[in-house]
Amino acid sequence: MATANENAFVKFDRVQKSYDGETLVVKDLNLELPKGEFLTMLGPSGSGKTTCLMMLAGFETPTHGEILLDGISINNIPPHKRGIGMVFQNYALFPHMTVAENLAFPLEVRNISKSDREAKIMRALDMVEMGSFASRRPAQLSGGQQQRIALARALVFEPELVLMDEPLGALDKQLREKMQFEITNLAHALGITVVYVTHDQTEALTMSDRVAVFNDGRIQQLASPDQLYEEPENSFVAQFIGENNTLHGEIREINKKKAVVQLDSGQLIDCKPVNVNKVGDRTCVSIRPERVEYNQKRMQKGAHTLKAEVLEFIYMGDLFRTRLRVAGNDEFIIKTRNAPDQTRLQPGQEIEIGWLPEDCRALDA
Amino acid sequence: MTDQSSTQPILAADGVPLKKSLSRALRRQKMRALLLISPLLIFVMLTFILPIGNMLFRSVQNDIVSNIMPNTVIALQDWMPDGDTLPDETVFEAAFYDLFVAAKAKEHTKLGTRLNYEQTGISSTFRKSGRGISKPGKALAKDMAGIDKSWSKAATFDALFNARSGGTRSGGADTTLLRAQRDRLNQLKGKDYKGDIGFAPSLEMAMALPMASREYTYWALFMALEKDKDFKKGKVSEAIYVALADDLTNPALADRIAGLTGPDAELIQKTAAAFRDRPRISYTDLMLGVNENWGNPMVWETIKLHSPAYTGGYFLNAVDMRKTLEGPAIQPENKQILIILFQRTLKMSLIITVSCILLGYPVAWLLANLPVRVSNLLMILVLLPFWTSLLVRTSAWKVMLQQQGVINEVLVWLGIVADNNRLEIINNQFGTIVAMTHILLPFMILPMYSVMQTIPPSYMRAAKSLGATNWTAFWRVYFPQSVPGIGAGSILVFILAIGYYITPEIVGGTEGVFISNRIAYHISSSLNWGLAAALGAILLAVVLVLYWAYDKIVGIDNVKLG
Ligand SMILES: Nc1ncnc2c1ncn2[C@@H]1O[C@H](COP(=O)(O)OP(=O)(O)OP(=O)(O)O)[C@@H](O)[C@H]1O
Ligand SMILES: [Mg+2]
Repeated sequence: MATANENAFVKFDRVQKSYDGETLVVKDLNLELPKGEFLTMLGPSGSGKTTCLMMLAGFETPTHGEILLDGISINNIPPHKRGIGMVFQNYALFPHMTVAENLAFPLEVRNISKSDREAKIMRALDMVEMGSFASRRPAQLSGGQQQRIALARALVFEPELVLMDEPLGALDKQLREKMQFEITNLAHALGITVVYVTHDQTEALTMSDRVAVFNDGRIQQLASPDQLYEEPENSFVAQFIGENNTLHGEIREINKKKAVVQLDSGQLIDCKPVNVNKVGDRTCVSIRPERVEYNQKRMQKGAHTLKAEVLEFIYMGDLFRTRLRVAGNDEFIIKTRNAPDQTRLQPGQEIEIGWLPEDCRALDA
Repeated sequence: MTDQSSTQPILAADGVPLKKSLSRALRRQKMRALLLISPLLIFVMLTFILPIGNMLFRSVQNDIVSNIMPNTVIALQDWMPDGDTLPDETVFEAAFYDLFVAAKAKEHTKLGTRLNYEQTGISSTFRKSGRGISKPGKALAKDMAGIDKSWSKAATFDALFNARSGGTRSGGADTTLLRAQRDRLNQLKGKDYKGDIGFAPSLEMAMALPMASREYTYWALFMALEKDKDFKKGKVSEAIYVALADDLTNPALADRIAGLTGPDAELIQKTAAAFRDRPRISYTDLMLGVNENWGNPMVWETIKLHSPAYTGGYFLNAVDMRKTLEGPAIQPENKQILIILFQRTLKMSLIITVSCILLGYPVAWLLANLPVRVSNLLMILVLLPFWTSLLVRTSAWKVMLQQQGVINEVLVWLGIVADNNRLEIINNQFGTIVAMTHILLPFMILPMYSVMQTIPPSYMRAAKSLGATNWTAFWRVYFPQSVPGIGAGSILVFILAIGYYITPEIVGGTEGVFISNRIAYHISSSLNWGLAAALGAILLAVVLVLYWAYDKIVGIDNVKLG
C-alpha cells in the first residue's frame, strides 16, 4: 500500500470544484491511488463524493487543479476517450436494448469484431452469473440482476479503472452483502483499480483497501478500514465510522503519549492525544463501546474507571447493549459479548466501568 | 355434499350473495362517478358526438329527391333508361304536378341545386320550369272562365269539392284522399301538420273528377296550413285547371260526370261538353312546353339515379367519381380535383410534420437539458404563439412573405434577388408549409419535451463512459428513447395539419389549399353539404386509419405526453 508518487495510477492534485462560483463543493482534494487498489469514498450526503467521481470520469471539469491518470493529465480528455468503466447509481442500462446489446455497446463503439464481441459478452455475463439473461430487456430484470448487468457492462471492455457510484444503493440488505462480496472478489481477480462511492460505512469498511472519508468537500481521513475504525484522526471520523461514545472536556496536561482531560463533570481521565495541541483546549474524548468493560473480573490492568448508572439494557442476541449515564452523558453505550459468565445489568443499577487509556482518544472538539 | 357447498355462492354478512352486494356497492360508486362527469358528457354529446353523427348521416342522406318529387320517383321506377327513350306519360304527369306543387312551395330550386351536383345545368331547368309551370294552367283557366265565369272563383271550387261546405254532395267525405294530400304537404315541407281545416274532399267528386279533387284538396291544405290563408277566397292554383281539364277530357270518366246530380253538376257538365272535342291532356307536351330540357332523357336519368333516400353518390363524388347507370365511373377530367386535394393535403401535412420534427427536436432538447431558469424563459418563447391569435399570426406571415413583404424587401435590399424577380413565397404550397409549420411547432415541441424530460442524463453519461462519442451516444442511446415523444408530437401535428383550414385559406392561394378548404367551400358557398359531409367522413376515416396504423407500428402505449 505504498503510495509513492511515481506509481500513482490516479492522482488528484489540489483539485477544487465549484458549480456556482460561490461555494466550493470540493476543497483542495489531494488523492493518490496505486494500480489495483479498491478505494472507497465515504461520506454524508452532499459531501462531494459524486462530484469527485464525475470529475474523474470527465463529466465535470475541475475548477482548479489537475487530475492525472497513469501520469497523464486528463483534464482535457473527453469522457469517451478516458477508457474508464462506470457503474451508475440507477444502473443506467439502456432500456431500449437487450442485455446483450447493452454489453455490446462499448465493444461496438470500439470497433471490435463480431465474434470477439460475442466471446467477450459471454465471458462478462458468466462472470456475473447472468449468462442466460442475454436476450432480456433491462425492465425484465430484478434490481440485483440489473446491478450485475451494469457491472458486467462496465467491465466488458476491460478498463483498468472502474468507478462505481453507490451501485448497491437500491438493493436490500442481504443482496447488498452478497454483491459487496462479489464486487470485491471480481475487482481483485481482474486486478482493476476501483473507486467506489458509498455513504454506507459497513460497505466501505468491508470492501475497501482504503477508505477516504469525505466531509464538507474535504478528505477527513484516508486510511485502511481498521486504521479508520481504531484510530480515527478527528472527531468527525470517530463519529461517522462505527458507534462511538463522546465525552466533552478540557485538556489539563499534554505530552506526546498522554493527555489528561478534565471532563465537564469534573473527573480527570487519561487519554491518548490525537489532534489536540495545548492545555486549555476543548476536546472530544472518543471511546468505542466495545472497549468499555464493567465486569470487574475482565477489567484490564491500568484501566481507568468511572461511575455509571444503567439506564437501559437491550438484549441483542450475540451482544448486550447497555445505555448508561456517564459523566453527565445519557447516551453512553457499551457493548458486551453474550458470554456465559457475563452479568446482565438492570436499569437503575450503579456500576463501575473502565477502559484502557490507549482506547480513549482525545480529538478536536 | 362437499360439491354442493363449493358451488354455493359466498354470502355477505347480511345473507345477500357477496357478488350481488359487491356489485351494488360498485354501482353506487359508478353512479357517483357518472354524475361527476355528466356535465362534460352532455357537453361532448351535444357539441361533438351529435354533430359528427349528423355529418356522417348527411353524407349518405338523399331524401330530398323523393321528398320533393315523390310521385315522379315512384313513376320512374318502371322506366328503364337506355339513353334515348323518354319516360312515358305517367312519369310526365307525376312530374308536372310534383314540380308545380314544389314551385308553389318554393322547394324546386333546392332540388335543382341538389341535382346540379350530379349534372351541371339541371338547376336552371328547374328554375325556369318553376317559373313556366303555371302557364298551361293559366290558359286553361281562361278557357274555362270563358265557358262560365264562376270558374275563376275559389268559392266555386269549395262548393264543388268540399263535402263539408253546404252538404250539397252526397256520399260523404274521402278521408283517405285528405290524409294522402296532407302527407304530401308534410313530406314536401318537412313539417308535421295536423288538425282540421274545415275541408274534406267529397267522395262523389273524388270519383267523378279524381285529379281535380286531388289537386284541390292539396291546394286547400297548402293554403290553410302552410300559407295560413282562406282557401275559399281569391283564385285557385293553375294546376287545378289542368287537372280539371284532364278529368273532363278523360273518356273513362265521361259516364260518371254525366251521372252527377245537384246544383253544381250543370256547371261541370256544361264545361265537359265544351271540352268534349278537345284532345286528352298530354303532360309530356305540357312539360316540354314548359322547358325543352325535359325532352332530354339525361334529365330523367339523373332524377332516377339519385332518387333513393340513401346514396353513396356523395362518397363517389368525394373521390372524383360519380354514379352512372352502369355503376360508379370516373368523373370527367375537368371535375377531378378532390383526389388531388386529398393527396396534396396528405403530402403537405407530412412535410409540415417533418419540418416540425426537424425544427422542434433541438428546441425540445434544449428545453429538457438547460438549467431551469433558462429553460423556463425558452418555454415562454415556445408558448408565446399560443397567446396570440391564430389569425394574427397567419396574417403576420402574409406581411412577411408577400412580394412586397419583409423577406423580399430584405433580399432585394441585400441584392440577393433582383427587384423584378422577387420570390413567390406566398399563395402557394411553400407559404402554407412555412406558416403552418410555425403555427403547429409548439404541438410538436411540448410532447417531445415532456418525454425528453424523463430521460435521465445518466444514460448519455453511461454511453460516453462506455466509449461513445457525443454523436454516437445521442444517436444510439438518447434518440431511441425520445422517439415516443416524436411519435406523440407527429400524431398531434399531422392530425391537426390534415384538418387545418384557416391558414391555408389565408396564405395558400389556389396551390396551397387543403381538402378542408374544399369542405368549407361546400359548406358555405356551394351548399353541397352532402359532399362536404362525405369529404369530412373520408378525412375522419383517413385519420382513424393512420392512427390505427401508427398503433400497429409504433404502439400507442409508446406515445407519451408526459
Ligand atoms: N450539477 C450541479 N449543480 C450545482 N450544484 C451541484 C451539482 N451537483 C451537485 N451539486 C452540489 O454539490 C454538492 C456535492 O454534491 P455531490 O453530488 O457530489 O454529493 P454526494 O457526496 O455524491 O452526495 P450523495 O451521497 O447524496 O450522493 C451538493 O451540495 C450538491 O448540492
Ligand atoms: Mg452522490
